Amino acid sequence: MSPSVPLQEMIRAIRSARTQCEERGVIQRECAAIRAQFRQADNGGRSHNLAKLLYVHMLGYPAHFGQMECVRMIASPRYSEKRVGYLGAMMLLDEKQDASLLITNSIKNDLSNSNQYIQSLALCTLACMGSAEMCRDLAPEIDRLLRASNSYIKKKAALCAVHIVRKVHDLGELFTKAARSLLTEKNHGVVHGAVVLITELCERNSETLERFRKTVPDLVQIMKGLVISGYSPDHDVAGISDPFLQVRILRLLRILGRNNEGASDAMNDLLAQVATNTDSTKTVGNAVLYETVLTVLDIKSESGLRVLAVNILGRFLLNNDRNIRYIAMTSLQKIVGTDHNAVQRHRGTIVDCLKDQDASVKRRALDLSLALVSASNIRSMMKELLSFLSSCPPELRSQTASGIFNAAERYAPSQRWHIDTILHVLTTAGGDVRDETVPNLIQLITNTSELHCYTVHKLYRALLSDISQQPLVQVACWCIGEYGDLLLRGECQETEPVQVTEDDVLDVLETVLQSHMSFPSTRGFALTATMKLSTRITENVDRIRSIVSIYGSCIDVELQQRAVEYNALFKKYDHMRAAVLERMPVIEKNSQGHINGETIKESQTVKVKPGEPQQPANQVCDLLDLLGGSEQPLQPSPALGSTAPPMPVSTANTVGGDLLDLLGGLEPTPITPVATVTVYEKDGVTVTLSCEKQSDSGLTVTLTASNSTESDIRGFTLQAAVPKSVQLHMKAPSGDSLPARGAAKVTQMVVLNNPNKVNLKMRLRISYTSQGSAVQDTVQIDSFPGLGQ
Amino acid sequence: MQFMLLFSRQGKLRLQKWYVPLSDKERKKISRDLVQTILARKPKMCSFLEWRDLKIVYKRYASLYFCCAVEDQDNELITLEIIHRYVELLDKYFGSVCELDIIFNFEKAYFILDEFLLGGEAQETSKKNVLKAIEQADLLQEVHSVLLQFSAL
Repeated sequence: MSPSVPLQEMIRAIRSARTQCEERGVIQRECAAIRAQFRQADNGGRSHNLAKLLYVHMLGYPAHFGQMECVRMIASPRYSEKRVGYLGAMMLLDEKQDASLLITNSIKNDLSNSNQYIQSLALCTLACMGSAEMCRDLAPEIDRLLRASNSYIKKKAALCAVHIVRKVHDLGELFTKAARSLLTEKNHGVVHGAVVLITELCERNSETLERFRKTVPDLVQIMKGLVISGYSPDHDVAGISDPFLQVRILRLLRILGRNNEGASDAMNDLLAQVATNTDSTKTVGNAVLYETVLTVLDIKSESGLRVLAVNILGRFLLNNDRNIRYIAMTSLQKIVGTDHNAVQRHRGTIVDCLKDQDASVKRRALDLSLALVSASNIRSMMKELLSFLSSCPPELRSQTASGIFNAAERYAPSQRWHIDTILHVLTTAGGDVRDETVPNLIQLITNTSELHCYTVHKLYRALLSDISQQPLVQVACWCIGEYGDLLLRGECQETEPVQVTEDDVLDVLETVLQSHMSFPSTRGFALTATMKLSTRITENVDRIRSIVSIYGSCIDVELQQRAVEYNALFKKYDHMRAAVLERMPVIEKNSQGHINGETIKESQTVKVKPGEPQQPANQVCDLLDLLGGSEQPLQPSPALGSTAPPMPVSTANTVGGDLLDLLGGLEPTPITPVATVTVYEKDGVTVTLSCEKQSDSGLTVTLTASNSTESDIRGFTLQAAVPKSVQLHMKAPSGDSLPARGAAKVTQMVVLNNPNKVNLKMRLRISYTSQGSAVQDTVQIDSFPGLGQ
Repeated sequence: MQFMLLFSRQGKLRLQKWYVPLSDKERKKISRDLVQTILARKPKMCSFLEWRDLKIVYKRYASLYFCCAVEDQDNELITLEIIHRYVELLDKYFGSVCELDIIFNFEKAYFILDEFLLGGEAQETSKKNVLKAIEQADLLQEVHSVLLQFSAL
């Protein structure tokens, strides 16, 4: 093996350059020399020059001027030049370059060369960087080579075919037959190539998959041969015979056995044999076991085999090698949904992996731990998760926080525990939680009225120590505003009460207001809280008044608006202040979409004096979002967005009128009516009703209107009223015009909630305009079909 | 396999084999970022990592890092074996291979890789056969260059 001296000298020269600048100089000189040489006629050193250029390219310097030289070298009859030429093509050309097309012809010629090493160069290059056009051009050649050549070429042709199929899916058909026959060869390389090719064909085309299922027995046979056979020096790796081939066969079996009982049965014994006999002391044995486990878990295996597979994963979890533990957790993640109990058995080990040094292992352990949380282990798991949160790497924090919230929501053993957990997360990782955490927590707090005192004490203490975590500060301000009186009372059953004065509380809120760390939204919370305290404290109302008036000239428009309105509340509408700032009612858990829409419901705690001062009340309503309907429809305030907590306005109140103005809700989602009954028929206008029970107390009613007269009807609206304890939510109608002669219908969905199970009645008011005149009518519905009363 | 990179502890690339079509600029960027990520890892850490949307398998042999990017369905443990097999091949060919061998004979390292992997997949699972093929190819090259010298005379 003669060293290419010029090349090595150049490399030595480059390496001895002491600075980047010197190196650049050497390289520039060499490149110039190389360029000059390329331009010269054919000389003996062409391959050396190209090799030098490739070295330079690897260091990161531009080498595009060598592309044409590659093309020329590939066409040369000399093997040494071809070799370097093809290497250059693979390094410098990619399918996006135009020059790559130029070598197609050379490759074609070389594929039919009598020398197998030249054929091999062509095959290698085609498989590495062949573009779709090149593949289409040369596919028939490859097919020919798959059938009629020696094993050295056959194995390469098989992998070349794999590349072709990946680039041009349709050409898969071409290779199917050849692939099948290659399986019977003795040469391991050829069989390996055939298995890879068949895998690729089956993954792309389900028909091909069906056809290749017949090969399962052959594959099983080959595997058995590998597993049982004695020591074969050629292919042995640490006692395993040809692990590369074994792994590929197992992978193919997985694809063939998926969702197919017959194929899965045929491989059951083999998989059991491999799983039990493979030596797992070295990585190579574990590689085979890993692939076996993946296959067992993916096909329709019998339960005994599945248990065996999960046990292998369990053993992996205890392995000293970190890689194996990582692999085990990845696999367990895939089956935690289906074989939950089996995975639960290893929960202890998995939780231990949370403390591993490696970030990848930690991530896997986190995913798996969150999936394993259940009602029975929630307390201990949460302890682990919370301690993980305080020490976990920053990129995992928000995932951990949301995981903890989800788990807490589903399995919280008690309200207090739930609130404690959320507070813990907010104090540790407050910056990484999602936005909806704040309203969710507030909703949770309002729902646990017995813990208001405890909660406000805890939050006050948290606020004293740290005001940088925005979600925590926001919730704390809200609570202090709402339950400040409990704080000031100085007694608490659940926890050590604080002895504070009103000034102290106001100090804390003012600190938040003035702190540069507070977001504008947080400031909004603090200002509102301060305002609410004006009705809950006795002595320092003046201080509050002055705070509020200061912010009347704040630069932040949102704060300014609030302050100005609160000022107004102090001055002109002082008589209303107590009522407006009363305790909030329990907020109901609601999904995102229900922003508006009114309900007829007995008011719980908030009363509104109807009549004159509607204006400021509406303004205040928009901001505080406390009050729902009055006689006027409430427009959803656009400023709701980020400033006020988006509290759903489902708890509203009314003076108890029969009919309400209705707001459109969401897009109507028509449901197929179960049983339809006509409730109104007059003057050609028909309204039918059908209903569907959604839950124990929930009911969805669909009203359908049609018009059988000769003229169109416009402005068709329906209004509904139900008994006091029933909640009603009308969705937007599909339209408001009924074309003549029943050409189209209008549907409207009404969602009812009847928690007290009263006798359900509905009064329907129908209004429309027909032929220029307005018509209004009322009908009472006393029985609902399908309700079974 | 999508690509294989060999680089030194200082981050210098010693070999790069790409099996997916990417422009030079993209390749440079990926190499740079990946090399930095791997060099930042501590010695005892896991050999596998998820980087961008790829699965990366890497192993350090003396002063060289061998790094492969594989697809989702690929078996990571067998990829480690593939890396190990390649190192064994280099070792057999050069006789106790070290980084300098790969630097000064980089084109040979590529030729050996191309006899072992094709299109990103292993083509020959027997060490002996790979080395035999390389030997024959080298011989062919010798013969041709001898002929060349004779014809130049």
